Amino acid sequence: MNEGKILLDIRDLTVHYITYDGTVRAVENLSLSLKYGETLGLVGETGAGKTTTVKTILRILQEPPAKIIKGEIIFENEDLLKKDMKKMRKIRGKQISMIFQDPMTSLNPVLTVQEQIMEVLRLHNRKLSKKEALIEALEMLEMVGIQAERGSDYPHQFSGGMKQRVIIAMALACNPKLLIADEPTTALDVTIQAQVLELMKRLKNEYDTSMIMITHDLGIVAEICDKIAIMYAGEIVEYGTRKHIFHNGLHPYTKGLFACIPNILDEETKLIPIKGLAPDPINLPLGCKFHPRCSYACEICKTEIPPNKEIEPGHFVRCHIV
Amino acid sequence: MSDIILEVKNLKKYFKTKKGLLHAVDGVNFIISKSETMGLVGESGCGKSTIGRLILRLIEATEGEILFEGKDICKLDKKEMREMRKKIQIVFQDPYSSLDGRRSIFDSIGEPLRVQKVFNDKQSYEKRVYELMDTVGLARRLANTYPHELDGGRRQRVGIARAMALNPSFLVLDEPVSALDVSIQAQILNLMEELQKEFGLTYLFISHDLSVIKHISNHIAVMYLGKIVEKSECKELFKEPLHPYTQALLSAVPIPSIDVKIDRIILEGDVPSPINPRPGCRFAPRCRLAGDICRQETPELREVRPGRMVACHFVENQN
Repeated sequence: MNEGKILLDIRDLTVHYITYDGTVRAVENLSLSLKYGETLGLVGETGAGKTTTVKTILRILQEPPAKIIKGEIIFENEDLLKKDMKKMRKIRGKQISMIFQDPMTSLNPVLTVQEQIMEVLRLHNRKLSKKEALIEALEMLEMVGIQAERGSDYPHQFSGGMKQRVIIAMALACNPKLLIADEPTTALDVTIQAQVLELMKRLKNEYDTSMIMITHDLGIVAEICDKIAIMYAGEIVEYGTRKHIFHNGLHPYTKGLFACIPNILDEETKLIPIKGLAPDPINLPLGCKFHPRCSYACEICKTEIPPNKEIEPGHFVRCHIV
Repeated sequence: MSDIILEVKNLKKYFKTKKGLLHAVDGVNFIISKSETMGLVGESGCGKSTIGRLILRLIEATEGEILFEGKDICKLDKKEMREMRKKIQIVFQDPYSSLDGRRSIFDSIGEPLRVQKVFNDKQSYEKRVYELMDTVGLARRLANTYPHELDGGRRQRVGIARAMALNPSFLVLDEPVSALDVSIQAQILNLMEELQKEFGLTYLFISHDLSVIKHISNHIAVMYLGKIVEKSECKELFKEPLHPYTQALLSAVPIPSIDVKIDRIILEGDVPSPINPRPGCRFAPRCRLAGDICRQETPELREVRPGRMVACHFVENQN
């Protein structure tokens, strides 16, 4: 019923970290929107600002050192940045939930897994009795492929893949509208990663949840995402559907990313690395932030910030020369 | 047969734990020829890093032989082993923790030269360190910086320079690019390939990343729970994996393209514990082909067709 409507709209978001060494411009003028039922892939390398962006959505940034300079995060017609912490607490886990990268450290080691799932349920539904919560918690476990008997086990009794399943069960327990997954399979082995991705795809369809998936793995993006945003040095440099990005990726950084990964299907080719290093976020280059590493850079790239151009409907590229 | 540089025979490493013997490496055999790259691939806990460490004798083997240029490394005494380490070196996974934080880059790279007392005069020592920095693409101005001032890619270059310091002929590369971002990963992989060509190096490349392994290896050994389950020339293996585990492993890799559809084999359950493993094939509990014999008899690694070694009772029975 909400098909085609916008669930999340981030406008002009700027987040800085104020440190002794200077101001880290982690996210700058970032705009992004997500429709109901869509999966957005947020792709970029270390320090691109992916995690800062999603932490801002949930308002779990540590402030200070972080500081939200400007912007709006409209979720279901309300600006999350204007909400106080009490209201945010009601949203976290209920409307928006998050899966973190490292399943080893995101569970509480002294509580059984069923207690941890019950906690989310009871926190957001005070009327729920312990018994009812337990039944629901065990249902969630079964849903992610863990036998209900194991609910009374502690996290250390589970393997990495199983822990990540528990976390998924916990994240989906309240049937959130938006699920944020921050590199959910990076810490897992490939065969286990395949299991978890399969599970996430299935559950996303069953629950009709929208999702933001942070990853640096273009293979995972190809598999699971409808829309893709490529981030570099705090900005989205290219945004479009999976077709736009995979068939017609235009930003030099996007092209560079594709050229530098070895592909299991390709025959022996030489990798073409992106020259140089990611810029120091305290001391970002003027103009286009990618220009020192870009092989197409011209004079204008060194001085002027490139505009966000709509190349074809829904396909945006932030580059002077496309 | 003179071009064989390393031969590993029936190598075993068991660790004692409270719960019993952990069979980390359980009867592994392989040969590496000069100037080639052997890729060792498998998931966490399969014993691939243990093999790397055994070859350098950072840990001692429980059983078996490691023949380097025909000499059994395991039988060398301390002095002989120190000589041997000039020829065999290792690059570790994590460039953040494998360097001494209180030592400058120059000191770190020069350490192997000092330990082995290669030079008597300061001048030739310094010349060699700078030469090494050039070789791995580190700017000379970084000589007096410390590891925390460098990014992951540069730190890994320091690790490689240290390994190259004594002109080794053989390098164990234990997940050298796993901790790096993709754009930096490509730089390091290209560097490894250039060094191999220039100095005729032989590599044992350990990784869990199949795309990387495919890119860099000539031969590949796939490990599962302490055993090699399949061994083959690289292209052949990726063209047609024969062991059911290899098939599942290859199909699990996400492909960065939206035009290919892969028939994914999703394995049930987790890797079983390597402590007191059950008899029979280690992969049997998760295998789609498994029959009674698999639970009783351990399959030997055998040549099922020219150049293709597979440890499975039922390879021939697949469609």
